[in-house]
Amino acid sequence: MSPPFSRGFHRRHEAERADADRVPPGQYVVNDFPVLSAGPTPHTPLDQWSFTINGAVDEPRTWTWEQFQTLPAEEVTRDIHCVTHWSKLGTTWRGVAVDTLLQGIETSAEYVVEFADGGYTTNVPLDDLRDGKAWVAYEFDGEPLESEHGGPARMLVPHLYFWKSAKWVRGLTLSDDDRPGFWEQNGYHNYGDPWREQRYWND
Amino acid sequence: MAAPRAGWQSATLRDKRTETDRAATLHLLTDAWPGHRAGQHVDVRLTAEDGYQAQRSYSIASPPEDDGDVALTVERLDDGEVSPYLVDEMAPGDMCELRGPIGGWFVWDADDGGPLLLVGGGSGVVPLMSMLRHRAALHSGVPARLLLSARSLDDVLYADELHGLDAGDDELDVSITLTRTAPPDWPGYARRVDRPMLEEVAWPAADRPRVYVCGPTPFVESVAAGLVDLGHDAGLVKTERFGATGS
Repeated sequence: MSPPFSRGFHRRHEAERADADRVPPGQYVVNDFPVLSAGPTPHTPLDQWSFTINGAVDEPRTWTWEQFQTLPAEEVTRDIHCVTHWSKLGTTWRGVAVDTLLQGIETSAEYVVEFADGGYTTNVPLDDLRDGKAWVAYEFDGEPLESEHGGPARMLVPHLYFWKSAKWVRGLTLSDDDRPGFWEQNGYHNYGDPWREQRYWND
Repeated sequence: MAAPRAGWQSATLRDKRTETDRAATLHLLTDAWPGHRAGQHVDVRLTAEDGYQAQRSYSIASPPEDDGDVALTVERLDDGEVSPYLVDEMAPGDMCELRGPIGGWFVWDADDGGPLLLVGGGSGVVPLMSMLRHRAALHSGVPARLLLSARSLDDVLYADELHGLDAGDDELDVSITLTRTAPPDWPGYARRVDRPMLEEVAWPAADRPRVYVCGPTPFVESVAAGLVDLGHDAGLVKTERFGATGS
């Protein structure tokens, strides 16, 4: 059954057509950078910041902020898609590829929980963080990442809805089983592919 | 929470009420609304005659106890595509689609108890109004305070209803602050929400109120940080942000 027309409604933003093939279904393009988070913004001083990979690994790894800055960094430009319907095209980030962090780590794990200051968690299959698909980003548009956008460092997993890119990220817990994170327990899809419009439970 | 309905439902505009120069409340009727919790939102989808579709999320203003229709209060964003249509053009009898309710975090059920602290900036008061209407519908005695920030008196949503709720309920206090223009005899606050204001209006941190903050991002950032500074447990401060940040 085709949806009902909304009498008198029409497209207002013709410019979006040019990038239509970059915009997943149900999304619209914004030029600013809206914020979505569930609680107050945490502010962890850099000298108390660390990044940890733990769980089903041979040995947990931890980097201080200083050590993290010495890891090889990459600049990446990607489109990002928020489940609240906005997409932002061509955002530029700098950070460390998860591939780099996983080098030398032995694991049979298939799943990851990203954990963050403030208690936020989100789950992703480990394969979705590998092979150049995910980064721990600490710069946006050439500037240190602002705290309201997840600074000092956040995940960047641009092929999934953006709640899968944890702000204020502090580490990854690898596990053999899939453990739904914060929004995944609160009505949002477990995987979150924007091209398949996996927004909510049952999508 | 109940899982949101996977599909879209057709909805008919039953009634529209002008709230301010820039905002209107739309009463939408669906065949089978599954019910919602106070604080949840819905996705709205519009389809143009050429098939073009647009989706946006809007907070529900009505309480779960209103089983007749779903009320959304929408503020017009002048360069927007959907909100000008909803606020200015859509007329009773016109149709759209709804999906939801959505969100299991920014919700308050009377059974959750209190005390309850609600802080809203502009149309951020909409989901908080659903909570206050829910509280009133159940004659809940949970102590509640609302701090509402608006640019001017003309921009205050639900002003008469809030006044009525406040006047008739010893356990509810409504405080309003006007950030741009205030009448000369205005008895309320007339500045942006700041820490001294939060200290006066918020419950002491030791009372461990359940806090809900909704509004534009800079407003939510400032209020949430102020409450944490005052000793409120960050885990009890739930936030919902909307709109452009300019950053």
